[in-house]
Amino acid sequence: MPILRDTGGADNDAGSQDANAHELWPVVAAVPDPEMPPLTIADLGILRSVDEVDGRVVVTITPTYSGCPAVEYIEQLIVEAVTDTGRAADQLEVRRELSPAWTTDWITPEGREKLEMSGISPPRTLLDGTPVRIGLITCPQCGSTNTVEISRFGSTACKALHRCNDCSEPFDHVKEL
Amino acid sequence: MGTRPLPTYVLRLADDNLILGQRLGELIAKMPELEEDIAVANLALDHVGQARNLYQYASELDPENRSEDDFAMLRDEREFLNAVLVEQPNGDFAHTMVRQFFVDAYQVPLYTALSESSDERLAAIAAKAFKEASYHRDHSSSWIVTLGNGTSESHQRTQAAVDALWPFTADLFAADDVEHELVAAGVAVDPAGIRPAFDTTVTEVMAEANITMPADPYQRLGGRTGFHTEHLGHLLAEMQVLYRSHPGVTW
Repeated sequence: MPILRDTGGADNDAGSQDANAHELWPVVAAVPDPEMPPLTIADLGILRSVDEVDGRVVVTITPTYSGCPAVEYIEQLIVEAVTDTGRAADQLEVRRELSPAWTTDWITPEGREKLEMSGISPPRTLLDGTPVRIGLITCPQCGSTNTVEISRFGSTACKALHRCNDCSEPFDHVKEL
Repeated sequence: MGTRPLPTYVLRLADDNLILGQRLGELIAKMPELEEDIAVANLALDHVGQARNLYQYASELDPENRSEDDFAMLRDEREFLNAVLVEQPNGDFAHTMVRQFFVDAYQVPLYTALSESSDERLAAIAAKAFKEASYHRDHSSSWIVTLGNGTSESHQRTQAAVDALWPFTADLFAADDVEHELVAAGVAVDPAGIRPAFDTTVTEVMAEANITMPADPYQRLGGRTGFHTEHLGHLLAEMQVLYRSHPGVTW
């Protein structure tokens, strides 16, 4: 069995999530997010790194929210994806790292595009991690910026519910974090 | 105090979150509107998630190798170290939001300071939790202002909730040798240091809500050393019965 453990260490560079050179990066990066399946874990920025440490594969992910119930399932999906390539499960370790804390700014441009195509309004950019929100929330159906928040919490921990005043459609918005 | 202050401190932080998460969980499907039902479930999820991160750390520090579930499910009332505020039973909606607001007003400066801890693990957990606590505070404080300035009924209920819950707030800031030793080492947050931030938030929001702060200085303390109000035992009985009746059960 792979070892699943929590590491509080901040050995990643803040904000670094570039595809790294490891041969298994594309395999792990393609794992879908269970709650928003059009997006991969790389699109969401929760895949931090894939490394080889003493002959073992070490995959590091970070949760979106402390209580995100999808994390354990994502870890399983990573184990399945890697073992499907022929790697033994005991040569794999999935690490959960809390620091640096996930921010919606790590959602990639492709991820944002996929959110919009799925009818979910992507988060706005933060300024240096402070909760200063830039721009307006745009309706993913009709593109209007005449929208209103109808529920601060939504169907998953990372979303709020909004409504478009022009086309009257309700839609999910990924909360800036 | 004992020779190992860090595990005690971690449990104090964890227990606040677990017990509040359990109280909020009791309200799911009972809130006055669908949006608040979703909100209360999300609040509970964040608090239980924060508790899990802390219990996992406590588990690694534990010489008896207790698991996170053991900490949550196999300790008795006297072993829980949460502040007495979070165990107070659910009342009406105003009561829920006032309890939440007091906790949020405390946790925002707590996690801000703790994210600078010399203990990397605590700093990481706090940096994550800070973002969640800030969002909670925005939610609860806007409800306090809305209810305080709403109908005479909503105002009166909010005032009653503040009067009832205020005597349990000082316990959030209770400190003994555990904190003092860890503060000196740069690990823990000095509760006295974040009290002004809490007071400022509370004063501002209550003023905007036209709610009067209670004049009676009485405060009930003791949670941090396991002396609880009569409500915690009932909560634990419900929370722990399945785990204790069916040891090792999975689903």
